[in-house]
Amino acid sequence: MKRAPKDTAASARKINRRALVLGAAQVGIVGALGLRMRSMQIEQADQYRLLADENRINIHLLPPPRGLIFDTNGIPLGSNEQNYRIVMVREDAGNVEDVLARLSRLVPLTPEAIEKALEELSRSAFVPVTIADRLTWEDVARVAVNAPALPGVIAEVGLSRSYPMKEDMAHVVGYVGPVSDYDLGRIDDNDPLLRIPRFQIGKTGVENKMERSLRGSAGSRRIEVNAVGRVMRELDRQEGEAGANLQLSVDARLQNYLQVRLNGESASAVVIDLDNGDLRAIGSAPTFDPNKFVRGISVADWRGLNEDKYLPLSAKAVQGAYPPGSTFKMVTALAALENGDIDPEETVSCRGHLDVSDVRFHCWKRGGHGNINLHESLKQSCDVYYYDLGQRVGIDKIAEMARKLGIGVKHDVPLSAVSSGLAPDKAWKAEVRGEEWRIGDSVNASIGQGYVLASPLQLAIMTARIATGRSVTPRLVRAIDGVEQPSGAGEPLGVNENYLRRVRQAMYAVSNHNRGTAFSTRIVEDDLRMAGKTGTSQVRRIAAAERAAGVTRNEDLPWERRDHALFVSFAPFDNPKYAVAVVVEHGGGGSVAAAPIARDIMLQALYDGTPPLSAYPSGDQARIAEQQNRLELREIVAPPSSDRA
Amino acid sequence: MSYLEYQAKYIPSGFRKLLHLNWAIVILLSAVAATGFLMLYSVAGGSMDPWVRPQVARFGLGMALMLGIALVPIWFWRNMAALAYIFAIILLILVEFIGVTRGGSQRWLDIGFMVLQPSEVMKISLVMLLAAYYDWLPINKTSHLLWVLAPVALTLIPVYLVLSQPDLGTALLLLLGGGTVMFLAGVHWAYFASVIAAGVGAIVAVIRSQGTSWQILKDYQYDRINTFLDPTANPLAEGYHITQAKIALGSGGWTGRGFMQGTQSRLNFLPEKHTDFIFTTLAEEFGFVGAFTLLVLYTLIVLFTVTSALQNKDRFASLVTLGIAMTFFLYFAVNMSMVMGLAPVVGVPLPLVSYGGSAMLVLLAGFGLVQSAHVHRPH
Repeated sequence: MKRAPKDTAASARKINRRALVLGAAQVGIVGALGLRMRSMQIEQADQYRLLADENRINIHLLPPPRGLIFDTNGIPLGSNEQNYRIVMVREDAGNVEDVLARLSRLVPLTPEAIEKALEELSRSAFVPVTIADRLTWEDVARVAVNAPALPGVIAEVGLSRSYPMKEDMAHVVGYVGPVSDYDLGRIDDNDPLLRIPRFQIGKTGVENKMERSLRGSAGSRRIEVNAVGRVMRELDRQEGEAGANLQLSVDARLQNYLQVRLNGESASAVVIDLDNGDLRAIGSAPTFDPNKFVRGISVADWRGLNEDKYLPLSAKAVQGAYPPGSTFKMVTALAALENGDIDPEETVSCRGHLDVSDVRFHCWKRGGHGNINLHESLKQSCDVYYYDLGQRVGIDKIAEMARKLGIGVKHDVPLSAVSSGLAPDKAWKAEVRGEEWRIGDSVNASIGQGYVLASPLQLAIMTARIATGRSVTPRLVRAIDGVEQPSGAGEPLGVNENYLRRVRQAMYAVSNHNRGTAFSTRIVEDDLRMAGKTGTSQVRRIAAAERAAGVTRNEDLPWERRDHALFVSFAPFDNPKYAVAVVVEHGGGGSVAAAPIARDIMLQALYDGTPPLSAYPSGDQARIAEQQNRLELREIVAPPSSDRA
Repeated sequence: MSYLEYQAKYIPSGFRKLLHLNWAIVILLSAVAATGFLMLYSVAGGSMDPWVRPQVARFGLGMALMLGIALVPIWFWRNMAALAYIFAIILLILVEFIGVTRGGSQRWLDIGFMVLQPSEVMKISLVMLLAAYYDWLPINKTSHLLWVLAPVALTLIPVYLVLSQPDLGTALLLLLGGGTVMFLAGVHWAYFASVIAAGVGAIVAVIRSQGTSWQILKDYQYDRINTFLDPTANPLAEGYHITQAKIALGSGGWTGRGFMQGTQSRLNFLPEKHTDFIFTTLAEEFGFVGAFTLLVLYTLIVLFTVTSALQNKDRFASLVTLGIAMTFFLYFAVNMSMVMGLAPVVGVPLPLVSYGGSAMLVLLAGFGLVQSAHVHRPH
């Protein structure tokens, strides 16, 4: 068909007009695309770059090594042990069941563990799954030798907490365990480390109280992952800060002796250094192996520890609060002397009992001590003398003196459930009991019975303060990362030195005069003479009927109702170095059950090792030799001094 | 049909025609294809396989096809228009029966050395047919209802076939391609106004039908539309593609993260990174500079093609050239809009860059027509 030229020209004009309309629309669209590019790639680039990085970068926390804990000589108490575990990556393993079957012939694997591993392996092809944990070096070596037959199986080394002193330090160092939901709810700490599954934190003792120092800070590792989560490479790594190393004041060898010596009793003992308040040993019996808790304690072991009536889990040296009994008499005496209520030479008549507002209070000596002054009253532990003193001085002054000497005060030591004891006064009774203070309460309190409660730590501090005249405060952590912590030497107490000397001399007589209550447990080495005070505290009321029937012999009572035996001491008398407090729960008389232990521990501390038999009274030496042979002490070798924390 | 019909003053003959090709377009097309090779090399992690080698081979084949078509006079192709259309329709019907199904759509024919997508062939065939139609139709009848309905029907038949595959993106492109030729040919404005009104009504109907018994589109198509409207609503499922694409694009910044350094593409966060979403890799690795340069290259191709058409006095030649320019424009405009979050994800490749044979061969064949029209233009 042929078209007229005009027609063609008109057609071309029309097409061109419409093409320009379309072209304009296209220019508009291209402009919009260009603007969109500009807006996304230039204006919002940072935002998108961030999103891209969020996509590809995963941050993994690197747990820092936990700080180590050493004793005063640099002997490790809490250390990090290498822990071997075996992990498996599914995509490298090929046939997972085959590899696991082969693996189970080399390392101990329960069917449940295999099942759990299979389930975890099925979740991801390339995330390593822990198959077996806490393997011995031998297990790992076997796996390494058979590596060609075990594709995808890798042996890894981690760190786990270990307590080389085992039972000795359980109540001091404590133990660590995995963070629990309970922990997270209780502690106000947003450290990301706590979100790591099975991250170990201190649960008790120093491990718990010094957690912040020991934990260190988390490092991080930034890794690049692809869309399905496979790790492509490590981008960078920021090492965390290792936890601080702690040096405790405790002497591992003395502590070991203390624990071994207490073994068999439900008892606790504290040794405090009078120069600086260092707790040289602080132990409770029975005890337990903290390593069991780190590994995950078995149900049977847990039940055994929990149901033991001697309460092995309780750190009695600080948690225990006992009526201090006669060891409290120094407090009453000093309160009376300081307030001028009695002259040291003034005598009180003891006829075996004292009637106070129709109630009869007995002296431990049925026949009475006759006329007795301060010195003799402490030496022979006359009760009636203090009944009288207690009424004269009044409870508030006694409580004031008790607190001055450290009883009824919560001491700042990094241990779990530290007891503040109780120095009762009128206000306390009114507030807590809602009752008025009665004179009988003062009489009871004057000999450390009734409401008075003290922990072995407090008794040791009381003795330390009497011995030095300074307000010695306990120090358990000597140094953090080599930085010495403030000494606990303390300021002068503000108690008249003459009165303190009188009391010390009486305590000396307790141990060194043949009528003293602890004469039989004296130290005969002249330079190391010991001063002390016995205590026997009742945990029951002796009914008049019982007294009449004569059922007062401690041995005839069931264990739970027997008296607590206590002994506090310091030595050497001329130049006091240590104070020791011992409490034997339901042990009977303080002079029989507690004083020998305290003397043995004191000698061990003074000689920094096994003392010569010559330090003991000659009549006892054979028995002591036999005892020294019997006690199985741990072989502890101090590292060279350069290794110290 | 006689040679003199065009009243041509000078038409080159033989291989001298090669000298009269629109070489600017050839060079621009090669530059775009080279960009494609570079990006395919990058997304393969620095390897010629599996994508670059076949893509280069197809480009070579496509260029040969383009030159072959260019050397044949344009009036021959006008006479072939109906045949090409019928051929494409047959292919589309064959797809219904023996097509290869991928990802829920039956769009491809396995023809031995490659897998052909007949709907791509149809894009060019339809433009050819409608251009020939308006070349044949007396101009004064252009806007008569009867003569308007005929090309509408010719457009809707392939649109229906493609929709049933289903392939919403190609169907829309066909519709727009057909409509462009009709618009250029001079069909009255009112027709387009009413179609647009009807289209808006249809969109409302489509959206309303979701979840009812007369639901018009497939669920996945609704998902894509909803995802376009709010990609963050479901970032890990349907919204994932578009969200990751935008992250890749945006994180490129001014100059990009460097060749083969794009984290989004290298770490597989990007979907379909060698096909429909390849632009995001380019934008991530070469930044705004790279992305905008590609946009400029595309725009220049369209500009040179349109200029060639405007200089051409022949009705068929200029209509077919403009139709192909528009088709090409729609490809990259829709693809870029889609990966930049300006349009729903409808499965349109980035022309000459995305991996895929059909679109490349068909587009280069289309540019063969453009070259033929250019070489054989009456002055």
